[in-house]
Amino acid sequence: MPDKERIVRVPIGPQHPALKEPESFMVDLQGEKISAVTLRLGYNHRGIEKGCEERTYVQDVYLVERVCGICSHSHSTAFVQAVEEIAGLELPHRAAYIRTLIAELERVHSHLLWLGVAGHEIGFDTLLMYTWRDREQVMDLFAELTGNRVNYGINTVGGVRRDISPEQLPRILKVVDALEERTKYYIELAMTEETLAQRLSGVGKLSKEDAVLLGAVGPTARASGVDRDTRRDDPYAAYGELEFQVVTDDRCDVFGRAVVRLGELMQTYSMIRQLVRQMPEGPITVKAPLRIPAGEAVSRYEAPRGEDVHYVKANGTDKPERVKIRAPTLANTQSVAKMLEDGYLADLPIVVAAIDPCFSCTDRMIAVKTREDARTMGWEELVQYGVRWYRERGVDVSKIKMRGDSTA
Amino acid sequence: MSDAETVVAKLVAKFPSLTGRVNVQRATRVWVEVDRQAFAGVFHFLVKDLEFSNLCMITGLDEGADLGFIYHLARNGGLMANVKTRCTKGESMQTITPTFLGGGIYERELMDLFGARIAGLPEGRRYPLPDNWPKGEHPLLKDWRPREKGAQDA
Repeated sequence: MPDKERIVRVPIGPQHPALKEPESFMVDLQGEKISAVTLRLGYNHRGIEKGCEERTYVQDVYLVERVCGICSHSHSTAFVQAVEEIAGLELPHRAAYIRTLIAELERVHSHLLWLGVAGHEIGFDTLLMYTWRDREQVMDLFAELTGNRVNYGINTVGGVRRDISPEQLPRILKVVDALEERTKYYIELAMTEETLAQRLSGVGKLSKEDAVLLGAVGPTARASGVDRDTRRDDPYAAYGELEFQVVTDDRCDVFGRAVVRLGELMQTYSMIRQLVRQMPEGPITVKAPLRIPAGEAVSRYEAPRGEDVHYVKANGTDKPERVKIRAPTLANTQSVAKMLEDGYLADLPIVVAAIDPCFSCTDRMIAVKTREDARTMGWEELVQYGVRWYRERGVDVSKIKMRGDSTA
Repeated sequence: MSDAETVVAKLVAKFPSLTGRVNVQRATRVWVEVDRQAFAGVFHFLVKDLEFSNLCMITGLDEGADLGFIYHLARNGGLMANVKTRCTKGESMQTITPTFLGGGIYERELMDLFGARIAGLPEGRRYPLPDNWPKGEHPLLKDWRPREKGAQDA
């Protein structure tokens, strides 16, 4: 039993430099070791479920897309799937493929984002810079395919709102080829760079039994040996027509969570190639009624962070009677206290980051303010500005070659 | 016999009162409607005997005089069992945390947003409303409306 007089209670959050979004940890410490953690969530509660009841189904597609800035497509897909099931709508084959394609591209940018955050949390900021640079390729692809880098607005009840042209398919494959090479490098790095393995191994332990008991989902659960993936177990959209492996690991620690996400990236590249190769012809939407007949449905979706669950109850009007959303982070935060127990305070940021809690970034333009004026730069101009800035200081970054980077 | 039909047959064989109250919506969706008094037994049977070891979430519903609850359970292989029960507003449901430790957060959500009473729930911080949220205000009840700006702070 810990000596109560020697316990120091440290409040971390809800606003704290180590946290990317508001949540509160009350951490009991004995020396540097954590003896207990109490979590307080809810600081980002925005009343979206109530909001859905007061808006039409069409408006709700856009509202639920804003539950999360990173896995926005996950939420809109989970929602429209439930509505389509109640309305008895059959999703066109091509729409199912486009939805799945966007879903897997979203997984790529989400996992790359996570890898960068994980690097940052352990003081490996080069990894952050590399992975976020790579991630830009997916974000640009989203802008090309959907018109937006985040909150793509591709879904609608009964299908998708934008088609993908034959000219865009090779561009998708080119990005996938480049990112696959980069990911191979990160896998090699993870497996051979001893400092990385030592920093992450044995940190944030979560046994398979605890993962099940606490309801962990996604890569967090799979890295504890829980072989669950909604894409395989309860296939939706086009997943039933794809070949892929569910990646699991039995390390039960942060290193395992990194290994699972890297392995999933490789599977995702293969899935995207299959989707592009097998993309069927045909319509991208079926006409959906504005008033959805009374009924209820539960939709499950494997978001990058884990299973996303939506329940929709319809009452025959154009507004739902009830919308219930369970985002994967809520399921995974239940495991965080367990992961932190008996660990070191210094490990808290990476352990929390390892479940990939949700945060969003939206801007692709940057305003540079000077004393005299303010101006806005586009991406290309910003890149040139960065290259010039370093060159003036004796560093020519354009000569640095990176694996899988044909243009550098 | 499909996976879902097997589950239905086993449920009805064990609990004859469920006859006509179990419905297969599609291959991976089973819906079960059960009285509050029989809920614990059915829930335990699904989790322990039929291996629905994954609690996806709990949905609350405002059904007028009653509060509805749907416990969304899943098992390996993709089959989902959605167990519906209800209680009169003001009555308590028993906590499921002895079975699903992680389920406490979903029960706290029902307490805050619907005013549900959950008996036996271990002590913990509320979720998701703020600590200074007015007592007796439960936003997902159908007759709840936001107070006028300023009234909340009075």
